[in-house]
Amino acid sequence: MKITLFIPCFIDQFYPQVGVSVVKILEKLGHAVEYPEAQTCCGQPAFNSGLWDEARAVAEHALDVFQSAEVIVTPSGSCGAMLRVFYPQLFAGTPRYDLACAVGRKTFEFSEFLVRRLGVTDVGAEFKGRATFHDGCHGLRELGVKDEPRQLLRQVRGLELVEMDPPEVCCGFGGTFAVKFPMISTAMGEGKCQAIAGTGADYVISLDSSCLMHLQGLLARQGKNIRCLHLAEVLAQSL
Amino acid sequence: MNHSAREAMLGRIREALKIKAPPPGPHAGAAPHPAPRDGEFRPLLPAVGATWEEQCRQFARNAELLKAAFQVVPNTAAARAEVERIVREEQWQRLATYDHPLLREIGQDLGPTPLFTDRPYDKAELEKCEGAVTTCEALIAQTGSVLVTSRGCGGRAISILPPHHVVIARREQLLPDLLAAFALLRQKYGAHYPSMISFITGPSRTGDIERILVLGAHGPKRLTILLLEGK
Amino acid sequence: MSPNTAVQFKAQATRLAADLEHRQWIFKALRGYEAKRDECKARFQNWEGARQAAAEIKYDTLNHLDRYLEQFVHHLESRGARVHWAADARAAREIILDLARQNQVRFIIKSKSMTSEEIHLNEALEAGGFEVFESDLGEYIVQLRQEPPYHIVFPAMHLKRGQISEVFQQKLQAEPVTDPEALTMIARRVMRQKFCQADMGISGVNFGVAENGMISITENEGNARLTTALPRIHVALMGIEKLVRTMDDLALLLPMLATAGAGQWLTGYNTLYGGPRLAGESDGPEQFHVVLLDNGRTRLLADAEQRDVLHCIRCGACLNVCPIFRNVGGHTYGTTYQGPIGSVLTPHLRGLREWKHLSYASSLCGACTETCPVKIDLAHHLLHNRRNAVQAHPPFFERLAFAGFQVMMRHPALYRLGTTLARWLQPLHGLVQGTALDPARAWTRSREAPRLARESFHAWWKKHRRTTSPS
Repeated sequence: MKITLFIPCFIDQFYPQVGVSVVKILEKLGHAVEYPEAQTCCGQPAFNSGLWDEARAVAEHALDVFQSAEVIVTPSGSCGAMLRVFYPQLFAGTPRYDLACAVGRKTFEFSEFLVRRLGVTDVGAEFKGRATFHDGCHGLRELGVKDEPRQLLRQVRGLELVEMDPPEVCCGFGGTFAVKFPMISTAMGEGKCQAIAGTGADYVISLDSSCLMHLQGLLARQGKNIRCLHLAEVLAQSL
Repeated sequence: MNHSAREAMLGRIREALKIKAPPPGPHAGAAPHPAPRDGEFRPLLPAVGATWEEQCRQFARNAELLKAAFQVVPNTAAARAEVERIVREEQWQRLATYDHPLLREIGQDLGPTPLFTDRPYDKAELEKCEGAVTTCEALIAQTGSVLVTSRGCGGRAISILPPHHVVIARREQLLPDLLAAFALLRQKYGAHYPSMISFITGPSRTGDIERILVLGAHGPKRLTILLLEGK
Repeated sequence: MSPNTAVQFKAQATRLAADLEHRQWIFKALRGYEAKRDECKARFQNWEGARQAAAEIKYDTLNHLDRYLEQFVHHLESRGARVHWAADARAAREIILDLARQNQVRFIIKSKSMTSEEIHLNEALEAGGFEVFESDLGEYIVQLRQEPPYHIVFPAMHLKRGQISEVFQQKLQAEPVTDPEALTMIARRVMRQKFCQADMGISGVNFGVAENGMISITENEGNARLTTALPRIHVALMGIEKLVRTMDDLALLLPMLATAGAGQWLTGYNTLYGGPRLAGESDGPEQFHVVLLDNGRTRLLADAEQRDVLHCIRCGACLNVCPIFRNVGGHTYGTTYQGPIGSVLTPHLRGLREWKHLSYASSLCGACTETCPVKIDLAHHLLHNRRNAVQAHPPFFERLAFAGFQVMMRHPALYRLGTTLARWLQPLHGLVQGTALDPARAWTRSREAPRLARESFHAWWKKHRRTTSPS
């Protein structure tokens, strides 16, 4: 299978090691990986701000880039949801609606792709430490990805996985929400950090670097020595 | 004026409905859950036992969780004895009741002055009653509810105003669920429904202060249900 | 530039989000609810199937609302109930005021009704010279404190027993007790008198049953039962969306409302009312009026995309799971309906321009959609409201910014250039960080900022491809 990667813009710019990890894992599993270099952003910031025309313009570009792909894999539940769930809404009633649906259907979040599509739960990873998993809301509720990352993490040798209490609560990032309503975003994040600290974990693992950027920013400001890692980074650590 | 307001509103509704709305479906990511055909809600709702005994046990369990007192009594004499015990223990002076064959046997001559709510009565007098003894239309096993109506059970106020409500139910009145209760009401009252039909599920309660449960907020603080096993 | 409502919201939200005591209090209050809700859900043989069935019931009813409404009204009128049609809040208030005047009413007792909050009925009745008493304990407490309900189901959840005791001492000359039971009994004693004195009882409606023209009221305290049993007039105020088809529909919806609303498998009293005192009945009101309220509902009905918002059964489940509600509290919204349903609904009832900020004040986490027992697509409707707001009133600066974003993201070369420039400029950010000049202040005030990687993934890939595929 030829796998086409979609590396979201902020991973490209802030967290390239996440993309690098994805490539390493997929290539280790024996798959050919392709990265169309013309890709930029899925358009979600404009979409979530209500600027659907601007979002559509960006999404048109993404459709052009990805239309001929066999499968599209992205290390982000949020951007994956944008392509699979929101592109059809964005293009409803336009000539490119069918293409938008088709691109959406072949888009997979990284852990979802490994477990559901490739049937892989053990990539032979090793990682020493106590970690908790943060469910990004888009991956969890828009894509229905919940068990897949946990299945993968349970196979990582040396890793101890502890669930948070309460689980499944938003970290408060929410894209532009984080700067439009910084105090609410921060309050939500503080609640999350408390739940994280409550597990005694040294690491927080997630499918979304955007949530992690917010959480890491808060944890660092609080002086807490807890590191945020993308699932792919954990899985690729020992490769 | 009222007629034109009515036509205007219905007109706005008809205009609005010219565009079809997308039917409710699964949310993205979640598996679809096909709904059963109209009215076939039983496979979705909490399970109910098939036999009377199972349903009775289920009612008893629900009643206990609801903090209602529930007893199966062998006959009317035993029910009468139980009501007598309550009347003595709580020192009832006045008791609300109404004309009904079952209630003639239970409660009306136990000592407290009876107040009959099936004839014109003074609501201030009803408010002074320490308790009410009533029949019911049905008991619902699935939920632990008592079904009363304004026509079959002594009016609207008797089951809500006095602080202790004692309900006498016959064996065949125990029903599995709300659907069975609605079927019964339809069959019994057809086009002439009583003006009030009430499912009472436990004594009156509130959690409005710090989410702490308090019984007897406005209605009865105590609910006693006596189910006659025999005649 | 920003409308007043948005400024107030932001100020209040900023204050309460930082109020640790408030946050902990609300979290604690909802913890018990969560456990009981999950327990009740588990009782259902198929909760997800029940959600779908409930959504289909409401879908069917709303999409044939004219037919069901006529059926409903026909049955009601045939039993001697009087039905009134109110196009808006003012019409509804006038109808009820007229009824009170015509019948020489003095005291009015109310059972909890969010729809009456929506039309600001109490203020109108009081201005008309009538004494109005809220009989639901939580509603009575907030009425005494002269504040709106904090939550559509738990109106006084923000208050501690000491605060309640205080207002009872001040307003009712009650003894200084703080035990919840003792406080409840004070209210019970006061209300008993009011129930007996009141000439008119006003209630809301949880469901209207088209099949037989009865209204269904759900409550725990018995105050609605008393409100509809003792006064000589009963007025029920009902939003037209509250209709269902049959009593059987209630067999599903009543347990779902109880489960989602308060973590009960059935609420204490679920009562159907179909008329005034009928022949052969010994008590109950002489008059029964049903006021059917539109007030923007037909406008929402005309919006096919968001028609499902009218599915709402006002259980409050979406508030309870909403991290925004939990952090900013119910009063911050400044609306009748709080939380996600309020953020979605209020722009339709009171105007998008003034209330669009509520749709932006969300992280779009989707917990509301996931919990909604009638499957309202709440989180997505927040996005729809944002889109509609932009279409109706394009925000100049944001538009400009996203025009730039759009051009950059459509042209990979510009994107590369832009991000390279950002790398050069990044060290300058360090100079202003933490000062008022910091353009990223909204982020950096409470969070460390991430740093651009030395090498982008794109740059890494170019090298990687050279080493792995020599072609």
